[in-house]
Formats: sequence, structure tokens, C-alpha cells
Amino acid sequence: MIPLSHVLTLSVILFVIGAAGFVFRTNIITVFMCIELMLNAVNLAFIGFSRHLGNLDGQLFVFFVIVVAAAEAAVGLAIIIALYRNRRSLNIEDLNSMKM
Amino acid sequence: MELLLLLMLLPPLVGATVNGLLGRRFSQAAVSLVGCGAAGLSMVFALLAAWTYSSSTGGPVPFIHSYFTWIEAGNLRVDYALYYDRLTLVMTATVTVVAFLIHLYSRGYMEREGGYYRFFSHLNLFLFMMLTLVTAASYPLMFVGWEGVGLCSYLLIGFYFRKKSASDAGKKAFIVTRIGDAGFTIGVALLFWTFGTLNFQDVFAGITPLHAGEMQGTLTAIGILFFLGAVGKSAQIPLYIWLPDAMEGPTPVSALIHAATMVTAGVYLVARSHPIYSHAPLALEVVAVIGCLTAFFAATIALTQNDLKRMLAYSTISQLGYMFIGCGVGAFAAGIFHLMTHAFFKSLLFLAAGSVMHALHGELDMRRMGGLRHKMKTTFLTFSIATLAISGLPGLSGFFSKDEILAGAYGGPLGRPWLYWLAASTAGLTAFYMFRGLFMTFFGSPRMDAETARHAHESGSKMTVPLLVLALFSIIAGDVSWPKAFGGTEEFDRYLDPVFKPSEEFLRASAHHAGPGLSSGALMMFSLLFVAAGILVAYWFYLKATDRPARMAERFSRLYTILIHKYYVDELYNWLVVRPLHAVSEKVLWRRVDAQVIDGFMVNGTGEVMAGAGNFLRRIQSGNLRSYASWILLGATVWLAYVLWPH
Amino acid sequence: MVVLFYICAALAVTAALSVVMQRTPVYSALSLIVVLCSLAAVYLLLGAEFIAMIQVIVYAGAIMVLFVFVIMLLNAGRESSSRRSRMARWLGAPLIAAFLLEVLLTIWRQFPAKSATPSAPLDAGPAAIGHLLFRNYVLPFEVTSILVLVAILGAVVLAKKEQE
Repeated sequence: MIPLSHVLTLSVILFVIGAAGFVFRTNIITVFMCIELMLNAVNLAFIGFSRHLGNLDGQLFVFFVIVVAAAEAAVGLAIIIALYRNRRSLNIEDLNSMKM
Repeated sequence: MELLLLLMLLPPLVGATVNGLLGRRFSQAAVSLVGCGAAGLSMVFALLAAWTYSSSTGGPVPFIHSYFTWIEAGNLRVDYALYYDRLTLVMTATVTVVAFLIHLYSRGYMEREGGYYRFFSHLNLFLFMMLTLVTAASYPLMFVGWEGVGLCSYLLIGFYFRKKSASDAGKKAFIVTRIGDAGFTIGVALLFWTFGTLNFQDVFAGITPLHAGEMQGTLTAIGILFFLGAVGKSAQIPLYIWLPDAMEGPTPVSALIHAATMVTAGVYLVARSHPIYSHAPLALEVVAVIGCLTAFFAATIALTQNDLKRMLAYSTISQLGYMFIGCGVGAFAAGIFHLMTHAFFKSLLFLAAGSVMHALHGELDMRRMGGLRHKMKTTFLTFSIATLAISGLPGLSGFFSKDEILAGAYGGPLGRPWLYWLAASTAGLTAFYMFRGLFMTFFGSPRMDAETARHAHESGSKMTVPLLVLALFSIIAGDVSWPKAFGGTEEFDRYLDPVFKPSEEFLRASAHHAGPGLSSGALMMFSLLFVAAGILVAYWFYLKATDRPARMAERFSRLYTILIHKYYVDELYNWLVVRPLHAVSEKVLWRRVDAQVIDGFMVNGTGEVMAGAGNFLRRIQSGNLRSYASWILLGATVWLAYVLWPH
Repeated sequence: MVVLFYICAALAVTAALSVVMQRTPVYSALSLIVVLCSLAAVYLLLGAEFIAMIQVIVYAGAIMVLFVFVIMLLNAGRESSSRRSRMARWLGAPLIAAFLLEVLLTIWRQFPAKSATPSAPLDAGPAAIGHLLFRNYVLPFEVTSILVLVAILGAVVLAKKEQE
């Protein structure tokens, strides 16, 4: 069988790649996609644990994560569209109104 | 009885408040009605209380009543309690009578001065504080009165506050007495540490003869510290310097506060604490010696003073020295006796001086007076009576009281012959300068300019009536204690025996004594001799050969200069204390500590640190999403590292 | 069978790297779809059939489609290299590496590869999931449906064109 540590390793690698993308990319949609990547990595971890602990709850949690990710994606993209209308730019550096 | 005491204390307080808050809108008549009325009521109730106390059954035990608990902190419990015994009776009677008369006098004297309501308000407040001081049953309450009279003294000395010399004098008085007050406070603290209580009753009861031996060191320390407070308040060496300057205040103030009452607070303190002092003979010696030295010292300065009020001020210092001699040799009753008689004739002297001042439009220099005895008959009469009293002429009050002190100085429990001789010669000096004052002011040809001479007239009855009453007292007050030498029984002493006897006997028993020496009759004779000599010299110098003083001054010019500059004491203090203090204050405390450390470093520094930190931290909130993410990642990494680290 | 896991894993990692490193957003989106699908395969290998199907249908099928739509709508072109935050530039790479190492360390310490895995795979079909969902987790289910409702409304309101 697939060892748990391998599954988790894959999960972590994907997560870190997503984090790296989040930190280093400037296009906001790309950043958003990296967030989705991170979510998926976490989902993988859940599934792995569910398999190895014999507990179906893990998979149920993934179900919820997917649903919430869908909602989040919808709202997030709507926000991006609204922002684009205002700022005419998708560069994350230009969206710094929260500056003190 | 407890009600009477409250009724005695209350009117001046109420009067002060009413006049203080509303007096500005009152007419002068209303203000003086409130002020004099309050003083009058206080006097009536004081006398009623005296009568009630005297006619109460149960003998002359102290009446103590506690009205409410004032302080309760840990072991310390101080009530607002009043203590009334024969000593208190004498003090309250003297204070209220003199105060009332001076209030009446002020109606006329302050008529044309500004701030009429303020004057009466402060005067009433002073009366309240002084009465609190003498009726208090515990040291803290007494201290309240003590500080209160100090405050009123400051307010009244600096009454003409727009005049720089007056406000300076007020400050000087307050600051110098503060030094004494520090001693007093430390003494009280030491007292509490020793006895665990601060009521008179409990403290005095705690000085049982058994323990007194071991406690002697502490008691001596307490005695000396209390006396330090007295030195400040009653203007003895070395803290007397404020009293001559205090003459900047209006003359009624000088009469009431700096002659009759506040300055006697120190004497009262020593007298009231007699159980402590009787077990600390060393402290009493200090009291007597300083009192004697001060008496002599101040008298020598008074010899050359040309300012009428200042001469009287130095005279007061000298007479206070006498009172301390009395207490210091164990003759407490004599000291209090002199306090009482002095209150009458000294305040009379000041009020008469005020009358002269008014007539001459504020002239105070005796060299510019003269020949007033025809124009101001009543003032002249009363001033003369007071002069005779203070010089100690037989038959007048001052003679009896001063004589008792001299007798005590020689043969009292702690008396020493040299104290007597110095005090007796001081009596001679006193006679000299007082008669000098009398002659220069009222006799001879007028030395003022013609305009003033024409306007000089007797003061109105508002001022002369109190003068006459005080003159009467100056005469008869001595009759309460006819000395043994004249076949009397010294009733005043006996009267205060219930208060002082235990201490006097204890001292007498424990003191070492030389042989009998001179009899009291001989003592009296010698002192009279000195006095007569003083009067004669004054007569010769100022009435007969009026060029004599100038020639004497020339011959002894060095001595004369020293005397007229008051031994340069003020200059010495200025150089020794004031200027270094000033330098330290300005260069160190102001520039360094206040401006640099406190303002710059602490106040501004704190602000700048905050602002700087804020500025620095603000950069985290860049609005930059990615840096936020990086921070989060950083946090997570660090935390994870911490958790993983093998501990 | 196990080999399949490693193939899919490699594919997922490669596609993930592609997501992060592509200049054009559209390519990133397509790479993400590849990641999702390979992950779905891994799920199948791990016995989570229902979830795998959901992943493909909902995640890859709906969400990514939405992403691509928005990218096309906004005409997101090539990304210009722009100034980055100082924090990200200096600390980014080391931080990522450190984080990766830390977590790997944790995993390998906690779950050594030698540990036995349970043999019997669970029944993870729709019926089983459904039972669990509507019995134990009915409250989160209801709340999530409200969440979805809110999301729909929010998205509509936010993306509406402003009234003239």
C-alpha cells in the first residue's frame, strides 16, 4: 500500500509550491490559483489520513472543502472583476489600498 | 462643655468662609460685622467655656472630648478631639480677647486700604487655626493648627501682595518656619515610633518614671526636634530672621500674629509637652540657653533700629526668648504668665504704632517723628503704659511676669546664675530701647515735614478704644500673681499647678543645685537696677543731650555698624544658604533635571520613542499582499521550528 | 498499483510547478486542471471514489472553467515582471525552503515509512458518504448550503455593472 508519509510528502510539496507561487507571482488571478493549489494539497492530506486511519470523516471534510472552495472562487473572482473595473490592473502591487 | 468648645471654634471659621467667598460684594460695614462678630462670639464662648470648666465639679482635671475619628490607619488612630485644662483656658482666653480687640481696631485701621474683606477673612481664619492649635488633644491636630497659622501668617504678611518686599517677606516667613516645621514633624514621627500613639493623654501616660530612664535619649531627641519647630515659629536663633521682615504686613497683623499669638505657639508647644521635657533635662537646657541668647541678641539689635515696627519686632523676639527661658528652667507657669502679659502690652505697642503711622501717613522712621504727645494724647498714654509694662516697672503686668522668669532663671529647677545675669541685663537693654522709642516718637520737637505735622491727629475711636482696653489689661494682668517677695502667693503659678506641678517637682528632685545664693528679693532689686539704668541712659541720650547718640555712634562706629546691620545675619544666610541653593536650583535642577531629563528625555523621549516605534512598525502594514503572505509564512516557519526543536 | 501513485504524483508536481512558473494566466489555469485531475487519480488510488469524482466534476469541471472564463473576460495577458516587496524578495526563497524542510521533517518523524497500513479499504462510495453526511454532519451541510447561497448573491452583486 501507499505509505502515509509519501502521501503527506506529496501534499507538502504541492502546498509549498502553492505558497511559493502565492508569494512570488504578481498577477492576482495566478495568485488565486495558487491558493486553490494549496487547498488541494490539504485535501490530499485529508484523504491520505482518512485512508490510513480508516475513518470516513476525512473524506467528508474534503467534500466540504471543495464546496467552500467553489463558493470562495465565485466570490473571489467577482471581487477581482470589480477591482479590475476600478483599477484597470491585475497587478497585485497596485492593489495596496490597505496600506497604513 | 463639648458644645461650648465647638461654638468657640466655629464662628471664626464661618466668618472666614463668608467673608472670603461673599465679602467682595459686601459693604465695609457688613464685612466688619461678620469679622468682628465672629471674633466676638468666639471670645464669648471661650469665656463661657472657661467659666463652665472652672465651676465644674471634680476638680481641675483635663476635659477631653473626642468628636469623631479623623485618621485610622493601621496602628495609628487620631480623633478630632479637644483637650481643655487650665493651660488651655489661659491660652484661649488670652487669644480670643486680644484677637477680638484687634479685630475692632482693624475696622478703623484698614478703612482706607484695599482688600478689606480679604483681610477680615484671613484674620478670622487665623483665629480659628490658632484656637485649633491650643485646644487640640493630639499632636497631629495641633499640627493642623500650627500649619494653619503659618498659612495665615503668609497670607497676611503678603497682604499688600503687589509690593515686592511684602510678598518676599511672606515667602521668607513661610520658608524659614518650614525648616522648623520639618523638625516638628520628625519629632512627631519619633513620638509615634516610641509610643505608638499621638494623643496627649496616651503619650504622657506612657512616660512613667520607670520607663523614662531608658527612654531618655529618645525623649531628649523629641524635645529638641519639637523645639526646632518652636525656634522656627517663635523666631529664636537661628530662625528668627523672618519676623522683622514680617513687619511688611498691616500693623494689626503684626500685633495679633507676630506679637500676641502665633509666635507664642512655640512656647505653648514646649509648655504642653512638659511631661516629655521634664524627663529630658538636656533638651530643656537647650531651650533655656537658646532662649536666653536670643533675648540678649535681639535686644542688642533693637538698640539701633530706627524703624518703629522693626524695633518692636526685635523686642518681640527678645521677649519670646524670655518665655523660653521660663520654660527651659522648669518654670513653665512663669513662661506662660509672661506669654499672657506680653500678649497684652506687645499688641498694644503695635496698635499704638499703627495709630502713629496712620497719623503720619505711613511714616515709620522714628528719626522723622517727635513731639506727638500733644497731638495724640490717647495713643501717647497707652503707648507709655505699654512701655512701662514691658520694661518691667513695678506694679504693671510685665514686672510680675518677667520677675518670675528671672527668679526661675536663678533658682528654678534647672536655673543657673549666668542665665539670670544675662536675662537681667537684657531687661536693662529692653528698658533702654523701649524708652528710646517712646522719647523719639512722642517727645522732642517734631522732626517731620511741616505738612505732615499739621495733619497729625489722634485716631478715631474705633482704634483708640481697643488701645485703652489693652492698656487696662497691661496694668492689671499682673495682679493675678503677686510675688512672694511682696507677700503674695503667686496665684497664677498655683493656678497652673495642676498642669505643671508633676513636671516641676520631678525636675526639682532630679536637678542638682548649688547653694541658696541670692534671695528672690535681691534678684528683684538687681533687675530693677538694670531697668532703671536703661531708662536713665535713654532719658539722657534722647531728651537731655540729644547729640549724644550720634557721638556714641561715631565713637563705636564699628560696633554701631554691626548692630545696625543686624549682625549681618541676613547677609550671612544669603551667602551660605540662599545663593548656593539658587545656583543649584537654576543650573542643576532646572537646566539638567527638569529641562533635559524630565522634559527632554522622559516626556519628549517617550513621545519620540512611541512615534519612532510606530513609524517603524507601520511599514509592516504596506498593503502589499505578498509581504503579508511572507510574514505569515515566516511566522509559521518560526513556530514550527520552535515546536520541532528537540527540547 | 503503487507505481501508478508515483507517476501521478510526479505529474501533479510537474503541473504544479507549471502553474507557478508560467507567464500567461491561461497556461497556469490549464496546468492547474492537470494537477486536479492527477490528484483525482491519487484519490482513487487511496480509495476515495466519490471524492475523486467530485473533484473532477466540481473542481476541475466547474471552478476551473470559471477561472478560465474570468481570465478571458479580463483579457489577462502576459504578466510583466514588476517590483516585488522587499520582504518577499529577500526572505521568500529561504523561507519556502525552510518551511518545506520543517514539515517534511515532521512527517518523516511522525510517520516512518515502515509503519503498517490498514489493509481493508473503506467503502467510500456515494452511499456511504451520503449516510455520514446526512446523519452526523447534517448541520455543517445545511450551513454550507447557506454559505453557497450567500456566495451566489455576493458574486452577483459584486460583479454587476454599475448603474448608469
